Amino acid sequence: MAAPMQRWVGRGRHWTFARVDGGSCHRREAPTGSTSNRIRGRSSVAQQPLYTTQKPRKGEHKWAAVVGLEIHAQISSNSKLFSGSQVRFSAPPNSLVSFFDASLPGTLPVLNRRCVEAAVMTGLALNCHINKKSLFDRKHYFYADLPAGYQITQQRLPIAVNGSLTYGVCAGKKQSQVIPKTVRIKQIQLEQDSGKSLHDDLRSQTLIDLNRAGVGLLEVVLEPDLSCGEEAATAVRELQLILQALGTSQANMAEGQLRVDANISVHHPGEPLGVRTEVKNLNSIRFLAKAIDYEIQRQINELENGGEILNETRSFHYQLGCTMSMRDKEGKQDYRFMPEPNLPPLVLYDATSLPAGADPQQVINIDQIRETLPELPSVTRERLVQQYGMLLEHSFTLLNEVGLLEFFQNVIKETRAEPKKVTSWVLNTFLGYLKQQNLAVSESPVTPSALAELLDLLDSRTISSAAAKQVFEELWKREGKTPGQIVSEKQLELMEDRGALEQLCHSMMEAHPQVVMDLKKGNPRVINKLIGLVRKATQNRADPAMIKEILEKKLSS
Amino acid sequence: QSGSSLRIVSAALKQGQITPTELCQKCLSLIKKTKFLNAYITVSEEVALKQAEESEKRYKNGQSLGDLDGIPVAVKDNFSTSGIETTCASNMLKGYIPPYNATVVQKLLDQGALLMGKTNLDEFAMGSGSTDGIFGPVKNPWSYSKQYREKRKQNPHNKNEDSDWLITGGSSGGSAAAVSAFTCYAALGSDTGGSTRNPAAHCGLVGFKPSYGLVSRHGLIPLVNSMDVPGILTRCVDDAAVVLGALAGPDPKDSTTVHDPINKPFMLPSLADVSKLCIGIPKEYLIPELSSEVRSLWSKAADLFESEGAKVLEVSLPHTSYSIVCYHVLCTTEVASNMARFDGLQYGHRCDINVSTEAMYAATRREGFNDVVRGRILSGNFFLLKENYENYFVKAQKVRRLIANDFVNAFNSGVDVLLTPTTLSEAVPYLEFIKEDNRTRSAQDDIFTQAVNMAGLPAVSIPVALSNQGLPIGLQFIGRAFCDQQLLTVAKWFEKQVQFPVIQLQELMDDCSAVLENEKSASVSLKQ
Repeated sequence: MAAPMQRWVGRGRHWTFARVDGGSCHRREAPTGSTSNRIRGRSSVAQQPLYTTQKPRKGEHKWAAVVGLEIHAQISSNSKLFSGSQVRFSAPPNSLVSFFDASLPGTLPVLNRRCVEAAVMTGLALNCHINKKSLFDRKHYFYADLPAGYQITQQRLPIAVNGSLTYGVCAGKKQSQVIPKTVRIKQIQLEQDSGKSLHDDLRSQTLIDLNRAGVGLLEVVLEPDLSCGEEAATAVRELQLILQALGTSQANMAEGQLRVDANISVHHPGEPLGVRTEVKNLNSIRFLAKAIDYEIQRQINELENGGEILNETRSFHYQLGCTMSMRDKEGKQDYRFMPEPNLPPLVLYDATSLPAGADPQQVINIDQIRETLPELPSVTRERLVQQYGMLLEHSFTLLNEVGLLEFFQNVIKETRAEPKKVTSWVLNTFLGYLKQQNLAVSESPVTPSALAELLDLLDSRTISSAAAKQVFEELWKREGKTPGQIVSEKQLELMEDRGALEQLCHSMMEAHPQVVMDLKKGNPRVINKLIGLVRKATQNRADPAMIKEILEKKLSS
Repeated sequence: QSGSSLRIVSAALKQGQITPTELCQKCLSLIKKTKFLNAYITVSEEVALKQAEESEKRYKNGQSLGDLDGIPVAVKDNFSTSGIETTCASNMLKGYIPPYNATVVQKLLDQGALLMGKTNLDEFAMGSGSTDGIFGPVKNPWSYSKQYREKRKQNPHNKNEDSDWLITGGSSGGSAAAVSAFTCYAALGSDTGGSTRNPAAHCGLVGFKPSYGLVSRHGLIPLVNSMDVPGILTRCVDDAAVVLGALAGPDPKDSTTVHDPINKPFMLPSLADVSKLCIGIPKEYLIPELSSEVRSLWSKAADLFESEGAKVLEVSLPHTSYSIVCYHVLCTTEVASNMARFDGLQYGHRCDINVSTEAMYAATRREGFNDVVRGRILSGNFFLLKENYENYFVKAQKVRRLIANDFVNAFNSGVDVLLTPTTLSEAVPYLEFIKEDNRTRSAQDDIFTQAVNMAGLPAVSIPVALSNQGLPIGLQFIGRAFCDQQLLTVAKWFEKQVQFPVIQLQELMDDCSAVLENEKSASVSLKQ
C-alpha cells in the first residue's frame, strides 16, 4: 500500500448517511408551521441570532438560519448490530469480518440485544417515546464498502421518536451566563455502519476495510430547531456527554464514533424556509460550528447577490474553512426502501405488557432499563450547583472537560477546604495550567490528592494563598514531592510569630521614610507598597491581612 | 412401499445387510450412469466416500447417529456447502466455494447423511422447468422409463424419441431427477413458489414444503426471503418425515425460525380411518387451463376421501386470481434487493473492465446474470421506486395478506387440509416447454403452488397416478401453519391408498439391480 498517497476521500461516503426519507426537515413544515415550531419547545426567550448582510442596505435585510442535524453515534458494544464480529477501533484491516458482514450469500442478520438496549436507554435519556414495535428496512445503494448493496436501517418505524435535548448556550458580556435551550428530537433509529474505502490514487485502486461494516449506529435526527453553529455545537456536545454518561456510545469524534450531518437553510423571518443544503460528515465539534456558520453566511451572500441555493450535498474543507459542493454525478438517489424480510418486528415490553413467564433473555423490558439510567449531565450540574453552591456555568465547565468532574470530586472527597475554594482552584488554577500546556485532565502532573493536600494546608492557614500558588507550580514540575514536603523545604509556612513580624514591619518603615511620610500626608493607598515589601521579605509566608493590621497600628501610634 | 425407501435402506444398514460404503458406491455408480440427466452440477464423490467410511465405523461400533446415518442425499446447488462449490447455476457464482454449511446441510451431515453432490436448477432458482441454468436443462428420468416408452410406442406420431425428452419441472429439477433416478434417497430443494412441489409432481415424488419458520433458511441463497423454505424430495411420505425430523427446529442464525412449534420426532401415525377428517376443495383452483386428466384425478381423490368417510367440502379462496401477479411483484422486489450483493467485488464472477467501480459493477452483473434474473431485478427495482412503492409493493403486500386470510378462513371453517392439483398437467417435452418464455411458464406453473408460500403454510405434493402418456401426476395437500405433521399424516394415508407405481428404469441401470430389487409395478387404484 502506497501509504503517503492514501487519503480518505469523502466521495460516496455521504450515501451512507444521507437522510433516510429524502425529505427536507424544513420543507415538511413550510411554510406556516416553521417559525412557531422552532420557537416552541424552547425554554428560553433568548432571541435567536439574526444575520445581516455584510453590506447592509437601506432598510437592512435580516436573515434567520434554520439548522437541523443528523447525528450518527456508534453504539458501544462488544459485537456488531447483526453479527457476532468484534467491534474494535484500529484493528488490522478486515480482521473483524463475519460471513454476514461480508454479505456472503445465504447469511442472515441476527439482532444484537445490547444494541437494542443502548437505543432504548438513549431514547429514554432523550425523553423519547419508545416504540413497543419497531421495524427494519433495507436502504439500497451500490458502494464498494457496502457489501450487501443495502444498509439495514429503521426508516418506517424507528425504535424511539419525539424526544428533546436541552443544552446550554453561553451568553452575556463575558459569555459567562448559560441560557438553557431545547431542540426536539424527531427520532432515533438503529442502523448498520458501512465499511471504509481507502482510495489509492497512485495505483488507481480502492481498498476496502470491512471492520466497521455492520457496527451498530444510533442515528439521532434533530428537528431543525437550531439557528447557528454555536447552538449546533453545544447541542452536539450535550448529546455527546449524555451518550458518554449512559455508556451507550463512546462518542469520540476523532475516532469517528460520532459523526454529524447538518441541514442548513436561510430565510427572512416570517417568510417560507429557504432551500436547504446538507453538509456531510462533520467530525469535530469545532468544525461543526465553523462549517454551519460558513454555510449560513455563504447562503446569505449567494442570495444577496441574486444567486440561488441548490438543494445539494456539501462537504466541509477544514483546511480552507469552507464548504464545497460534493457534485454527485448521479443526482438524487432513490434508495428503494423495502422492509427487511429476515428480521421480525422488534417488540419491546414494559412492566404492564410483559408476558407472564417470559424468558428474560428473550425480552427487553423498557421499565427495567429506565431503572438503570445513570445520572444525566443536566442532573449532575444541578447537583453540583445545589451541593457545592457553584455557578451553573462552572458546572458546565466541569462537565465539558473530559475527566474534570471526576478530578473535582476526588479533590472534594479528600480535602477539608470549602467547595467554593475547590471549585475556584480546579476551574481557575488547575484548568488554566492544563489549557496553557494543552493537556488533558488525565495527563495532569498534579493528582487530586496532591491538590487536596495543598488546599488543606491553605485551609488550615499553614500557608498563604500566594505560597499555595508557588507550591502548585512546584507540584506541576512532577518532582514527586508532596505539598507538605515542598512547604517545609521551601519554608513557606505562614509566619505566625507576631513579634517577629512587628519587628520586620518596624524596620521596613524605618528603611522607607518617604513612604511613611506620604502615608501620613493622607495617601492611604501607598500602604500596599509597604505590605508588598514586608511580604517579599517574608517570602510570602506572612498573612497580608496581619501585615496590614500591624502597619496601620504602627502608623497611627 | 418401495424397497428403495430411505426407511427400508436405513433398516438394512442397521442390520448390516449393506454397508454405507456399498450403498454410497452404488449411488455413485448410478450418478455416473445417469449423468446425461444433468441432475448434478457437482458430484462430491470423495466427500461422500469419506463420510461413508466414517458412517461405517459408527455402525461397526454400534454408534449409529440415527435413521439418516449412511444415507446418500443430494442438495440443491443454492444451499451453501462448506468447501464445495455452490453456483446457483449462475455464471455469477461459478467457482464460488462457501466457507460454511447451510444449517440444513449441517444438520444432515450431523445425522450422518452422505452428501452425494449439488443438484441442478434454474439460475438462482428462478424458473419452473430447471431449464434456465448455465449448466443446461435437467432431463426427467421418466422420459426413459418403461412406462412412458411403452405408451409412446403405441402412438405412431412419436418418432424422434431421443430429442423428445421431458422437463423435470423446477426449479429444484436436479434434486427431483436425482431422487427419481435412485442416485440418492432424499434431496433438498428450495420452495419459493412451488419449486419443490412442481418437480416432485413431474418426477413422481413426494415434494414437501414445510411451514415457513419451521426449517432454517440460513445458508440457503435466497430468492424471496419471506417465502423461501428448504424443501424435501423423497420417494415416500415417511421418508420426508424422517428428513423433516432432522431439519426442523429453531436456528439462532435465522431469526425467522419459530421456537416451539412442533413435537419431535416426526413419526407419522398410520391413519386407520379418515372419518374425522375434513378435506377442503378450493373452487377457484378449478380453472380452464387445468388438464382433464389432472382434473379427473383430483376429483377421484376427493371421492376417495369421501368414500372412506371423510367430509369433503368445497371452499372458497376468493383472492386466488390475484395471487400470481401479487407473487410476481413481491418476488421481483426481493430479488432486486437480494441480488444487489453480487457486485463482483468479493466473490463470484468479476468482469475484466476496470475503468471505474460503476462500470465494473454493470459489466459484472450483465455477464453474471441471465436474462431471467436481470429481468426480475429490473422489475423489482421499478416496483421499489419511490413513486411506485405504494402502487405496487404496498398493494401487493395487502393482497398477500388477503390471500393468507383466505386460507385462515378456510381452515377456520373446519377444514383440516386442502386438496388441490400441484400442476396443470404432466411434464411436457423440453422442446414444447421452451416455446414460452420463463415468465409465462412460471406464471402458469406456479398457479397452484405460490399462494401457499405467500401464506407460509405447509404443503406437499403426492404422486397419484400415471397419465395416459405414462407420466406421473401429483396432487397437493395444504395444511394449517405448523400442522406439518397432521398434513403429512393425511398425505401418508392417501399415498397408501393410491399405490403410485415405481419408475421402471431397468434398461438404464440393469446392473444396479440390488438397489432396485423388489420394485415391481404395483396396482394403481386411481387408474383412469
